Amino acid sequence: MSDIAPPAAAQPAPVESPWRRLVAEFAESRMALFGLGLLVVIVVTALAAPWVSPQNPYDLAQLDVMDSKLPPGAASATGGTYWLGTDDQGRDMLSGIFYGLRISLTVGVASTLFAVAIGLVFGLAAAYFGGWVDAVIMRIVDIQLSFPAILVALVLMATLGQGVGKIVVALVTVQWAYYARTIRSSALVERQKEYIEAAKVLALPQPRIVFRHLLPNCLPPLIVVATVQVAHAISLEATLSFLGLGLPITEPSLGLLISNGFQYLLSGKYWISFYPGVALLATIMAINLVADQMRDVLNPRLKR
Amino acid sequence: MLAYAIRRLGQSFFVLVVMSFLVFLGVFAIGNPIELLVNPQADEAERLRATVALGLDKPILEQYAIFLGHAAKGDLGRSFVFNVPAIQLILEKLPATIELALAAMVISVGLGIPLGLIAGLKPHSLVGRSIMALSIVGFSLPTFWVGLVLIMLFSVHLGWLPSNGRGETVMLLGIPVSFLTWDGLMHLAMPALNLALFKLSLLVRLTRAGTREAVLQDYVKFARAKGLGPGRVIGVHVLKNILVPIVTVIGLELGSLIGFAIVTESIFAWPGSGKLLIDSINLLDRPVIVAYLMVIVVLFIAINFAVDVLYSMLDPRVRLGSSSAAH
Repeated sequence: MSDIAPPAAAQPAPVESPWRRLVAEFAESRMALFGLGLLVVIVVTALAAPWVSPQNPYDLAQLDVMDSKLPPGAASATGGTYWLGTDDQGRDMLSGIFYGLRISLTVGVASTLFAVAIGLVFGLAAAYFGGWVDAVIMRIVDIQLSFPAILVALVLMATLGQGVGKIVVALVTVQWAYYARTIRSSALVERQKEYIEAAKVLALPQPRIVFRHLLPNCLPPLIVVATVQVAHAISLEATLSFLGLGLPITEPSLGLLISNGFQYLLSGKYWISFYPGVALLATIMAINLVADQMRDVLNPRLKR
Repeated sequence: MLAYAIRRLGQSFFVLVVMSFLVFLGVFAIGNPIELLVNPQADEAERLRATVALGLDKPILEQYAIFLGHAAKGDLGRSFVFNVPAIQLILEKLPATIELALAAMVISVGLGIPLGLIAGLKPHSLVGRSIMALSIVGFSLPTFWVGLVLIMLFSVHLGWLPSNGRGETVMLLGIPVSFLTWDGLMHLAMPALNLALFKLSLLVRLTRAGTREAVLQDYVKFARAKGLGPGRVIGVHVLKNILVPIVTVIGLELGSLIGFAIVTESIFAWPGSGKLLIDSINLLDRPVIVAYLMVIVVLFIAINFAVDVLYSMLDPRVRLGSSSAAH
């Protein structure tokens, strides 16, 4: 794009450059790179939890009640060290956090994927068909978004009961509307452009126009929103679990670990709540840092 | 404008009825309150009598119709647990929640807009970057965990602030408020800060983004070229133009603050309506859950309406009532 070059020489560049440019612009911010690095470490730790944890926190044979509520750095009866202390069951907090990360990330990513899929279909339908389809879908989206996510999720969880599947349902219900709105607004803009016109003139089948031509061009804002929403989903799940309306005690996410330690907080045993909270914070912050930079990179209004 | 208000009111009423139906169905799928209300030793006849007395033996749609009939007269049912009208229970607790939400809003606006302006005017300076870094932290911190850390720091470790309750209240226009007594203010400080933190970060980011886009616009360059001082350029030309989305967000977030107050109230044992909701969910006190949600829906509809009107007053480009095809 920069110079006037002979067409033949310019040929390979446009194919490569958008990705390279995005990567280069992303790498401009050291905070974003730090966030990305942190995120990779967290995800790898969560995936590898069974192999990197000092103990399996759900194998009762490995737990010793004599070791309960030990402060960080205390030695265990079997010779190991509890680097982050133990909870009321004598569970190693570090291992509990690694396993908790798995559950929190799974819930966050799974609910986001489902919500994106649902929001995508409704958002595209609203933008492409317009008319009453658009009116009905956007009305529902508006109504839903006028209520805070936490409230809707709370009532849903109270109705559905606890469980991983149920919390994913609740999170998808509160989140699909964001994606529907995002994809609709970008699809409305893209729909007016010449390439869609061209595709229509070529008499391509409608699904092909929608999914092969319209959809890929609507993705950048969706990616940004989805990244931020993974963090929101994780935070929301933790909040619900903290309030006792999220996951059952058999599947302790980070939120449940924090909730478990709350009762010991006032007696000064801070580590049971504090360290799972740090892990939660690090996860959400890493995602937000990455999302923040992606927003700047993908926002054409801030182009220098 | 009037036609718009009437149409809007009609829509709101429709939303209210639909929500009441969904909430009613949803809430009535939760457990069997008889298990909790009747003495476990009671025999079958006793349980049956209690079920009939509470109207729980009727089909769900009939129960809903009865509920609607009573609701039209302002009666949202009696609490199973406290045996007082549910609406009275909620209205007693609501002022505490609203006080908390407003205090949080004052903190987030009072700090968020100035900090956002600074960060937006000098995005690459150390101060600007620090503000943004802090806002990302504030944005990332889950409300409930901040609450725990605040308690850990100010109540357990330093012993400066009380960790629960409203403290001493005084009556203001017949409503008990905490912020007029020193003891109440001490009790209010931590929950309000806790609730404010997320909105504060949001406002910083919004103001910064708006400022960054506004200072590149021609009208700002023109104002500078006219020789206006930086104070006037920022205070009038920049601020006025970024205020529209900010006011919208403030309005909408007020509702969300009341929603999130549920979490803060649970942590700090703040005796507001959110804590009442959690307690009612745990006790299966259905009428209170339904009544709470109805009151919140009405409150949100009112807030959204007020925001729309305010929006059209701030931005003359927005014409309420005209269809989107007008441009």
